[in-house]
Amino acid sequence: MRTRADRLRDLGVTVWAVLALIYLFVPIFVIVQFSFNDNEGRFNFTWQRFTLKHWKDPFGVDGLQHAFTNSLTIAALTTLIAVSLGTFVALALVRYRWPGRGTVSALVFLPLATPEVVLGAALLGWYLTLNFARGYTAIVIAHVMFTLGYVVVTIRARLEGMDLHIEEAAMDLGANQWTTIRKITLPLIAPGIAAASLLSFAISIDDFVVTNFTAGQTSTFPLFVFGASRQGVPPQVNVLATMLLVIVVALMFANLAWQRRAARRDARMESEPA
Amino acid sequence: MSEAGAPAAAGGGRPARRRRRAMLPALFVAPGLAWLILFYAIPVASQLWVSLQTGNPDDGFTQTWNWNVYPDALGEYDEQLVRSVGYAASATLLCFVIAFPLAYFIAVKAGRFRNLFLLLIILPFFTSLIVRTVAWQTLLTDDGWVVDTLKSVGLLSDDGRLLATRTAVIAGITYNFLPFMALPLYASLERLDRRLVEAATDLYASRWTAFRKVTLPLAAPGIFAGTLLTFIPAIGDYINAQLLGTSRQYMIGNVIQSQYIVVRDYPVAAALSFIVMICVLIILAFAVRLIGTRQLSEAAVA
Repeated sequence: MRTRADRLRDLGVTVWAVLALIYLFVPIFVIVQFSFNDNEGRFNFTWQRFTLKHWKDPFGVDGLQHAFTNSLTIAALTTLIAVSLGTFVALALVRYRWPGRGTVSALVFLPLATPEVVLGAALLGWYLTLNFARGYTAIVIAHVMFTLGYVVVTIRARLEGMDLHIEEAAMDLGANQWTTIRKITLPLIAPGIAAASLLSFAISIDDFVVTNFTAGQTSTFPLFVFGASRQGVPPQVNVLATMLLVIVVALMFANLAWQRRAARRDARMESEPA
Repeated sequence: MSEAGAPAAAGGGRPARRRRRAMLPALFVAPGLAWLILFYAIPVASQLWVSLQTGNPDDGFTQTWNWNVYPDALGEYDEQLVRSVGYAASATLLCFVIAFPLAYFIAVKAGRFRNLFLLLIILPFFTSLIVRTVAWQTLLTDDGWVVDTLKSVGLLSDDGRLLATRTAVIAGITYNFLPFMALPLYASLERLDRRLVEAATDLYASRWTAFRKVTLPLAAPGIFAGTLLTFIPAIGDYINAQLLGTSRQYMIGNVIQSQYIVVRDYPVAAALSFIVMICVLIILAFAVRLIGTRQLSEAAVA
């Protein structure tokens, strides 16, 4: 039985949720809006008038293209390495029982729970101790370290939702372990691998804190924006941020659709025994 | 297949193949594990080694086992440490107040639009953190519409400001960590069996009592995980204090950053970051005992 008070409370929750979502999106609107701002002087804080000129020339600021390209290649390399390493760690954690499983599982999780400033400081101290040059390679090493955990947890979730019997069937039919992994397991967890790739790419390209500690003289997109924030961030930064957002969101929707199709396929396999 | 890790029984079947099977997980884990040991575990532990050195950036540092660095660093930066915990705790509380109704709405009322709403929660966080925080600078600036509106309704005095205040820094942290709270809350509310709440109301509990005695306790793991995942990284945050505050709002992260990169007093920076890490490990050890590693790491990625 729903009283008037109940309905009022439901309405309250809904209004609150809508307000919270608006709050989440306010800065995003600002970022997009000010990418179209014909700003005067160095600062891009007050709205003047609409222009497309920054969109026509997104790299029209010194050093921005270099920093952005660095960020893209670092994120791509990081994703490649972290996903290759992480997929196999996830496989070992879910599909096999072995001593030390719990310890490895905890070690994979720990970097996710460590404040970023500690990760950055620890790596910088370690690089200094080893006399290892800071820069591009040092950044990639750091990014692989802190994205690895996200990759493992994402792929692990997909593996655990998967039907073991298909793999067993392949082995009963004479496939060895490696063939089974290559031909059955990997294709089945492909949507999980894609999601993990997307996640590690997005985390890497956005990282400021750890990169700041390990970059030396190398520039990346977040480092460029932070450096520029003292003298006024150029509108081109808003253009690139908006482009990145659109691309990542498009990929996310594509992945969501793919995961849904894979889930339907799993359900079919369960209902009609292979 | 799940027994593949068991020792190969001598003489049973094909021992060579079984031994290879037992090797497989080790091979799978080795590269990733080596990476984490080399670039996470050892560096974090080596902070202790670095912290006990003395010297200066020009002539280099030598190991002198200078344990005094710890009381010295704590004495000098206690203000920033206490402020970090205070800001992180306030932001965590605010995150909970904002995120709980939102997560409840998505889990209980959004129906088939659930995934869409979840996507909407994380979508803003796929723009760069720095760019987002600069956008908050734009919004909170002295002659911006937010300040104007607050002044006109009397919530802010005529010479009041938001940028470069404690309020702005805490608001920034709250904004940037909201998904870490919202997603674990959603996960636990979504799993919650609605029939239990109905049973409580059927047995004459008021809606509020049912919420307090059934919904909240069942959502406790999510509340707990969300609190940890917001509070721990928020302690180390320094972007918000840097971009939205002044040196009077600096947190421990700002100190570690400037000591390591600007002042290059490595031992003090390493000592402070080691202290933060030890605190984190203590909090985590309690958390793992209470709810387990699995739940915590799953909540982290949701």
